[in-house]
Amino acid sequence: MSDFQFLFTAWMVVWAVFFVYEVSVAKRIGHVREEIERLKQQLHD
Amino acid sequence: MKARISISIALALLVFCAGYAALFIAPDEATMHLIQRIFYFHVPLWTAMTVVLSIACFSNIAWLVSRRPMWDLLGASSAEVGVLCCTGGLITGMLWGKPVWGIWWTWDPRLTSTFILWLLYISYLLLRELIEDPHRRATLSAVFGIFAYLDLPIVLLATTLWPRGQHPQPVLFGGPKSINHTMLSVFFLCMVSIVLVMILILADRYRLEKLRFEADELRVEIESREMDAQSAPPTRGIVGRGMAHE
Repeated sequence: MSDFQFLFTAWMVVWAVFFVYEVSVAKRIGHVREEIERLKQQLHD
Repeated sequence: MKARISISIALALLVFCAGYAALFIAPDEATMHLIQRIFYFHVPLWTAMTVVLSIACFSNIAWLVSRRPMWDLLGASSAEVGVLCCTGGLITGMLWGKPVWGIWWTWDPRLTSTFILWLLYISYLLLRELIEDPHRRATLSAVFGIFAYLDLPIVLLATTLWPRGQHPQPVLFGGPKSINHTMLSVFFLCMVSIVLVMILILADRYRLEKLRFEADELRVEIESREMDAQSAPPTRGIVGRGMAHE
């Protein structure tokens, strides 16, 4: 692997880790929002 | 929502520009050549980690002083994002170390103190998972968080305190060597983009903690209403859930 390929791969891998983390946070926000809606509904019933 | 999308697009463009500048515009360093360009990513990650962990420490102190839940939530969110930055910094450091030093890792003072910092904040996150009572969890983790933060100045000053280590002396802010103007501009572009991305991630992580807190409060309210309904005297032999609302 050339130095440039190594550098580019390292760069992309680290950004991919951050992207996956951000997507996981966004998914968890979605799940908790759904849970809150369900709990509010339960509270009003 | 539109503002959030606009900010995300603007940040993605900034990250792309910073990446392009680091890979194609910045000049080659004299001894390490191309591989030195990890510097444009590695050092800003430590800057972002310092910012985020300082927010965590401030939040820990603020919780102990005010006992407002928002500080506990911000402290936990910042610590997790700080661990993310620290992990990225350690990985990029190893990727830089292998071609330049010929080794992935060495127990150099800065690397060792950074590894200890990473372990301390992992322990902080584990501690939060282990304690169920929210008030006790917040207080104990705040005290532990302040203790963990004490390692950060040691990390920052390691190359000055122990100059014979493997890690190089600082090239910015009082270091022995000067830095090329283009390199410096690209470095600041990368630093701004990475710090802003980490702040965006932190904002989302904090939102998640706030929503979890809201969900927990709703659960407590439902439980207390159910308990009230169960303990209320039966009316005409029927105890309905709806009575709890009356």
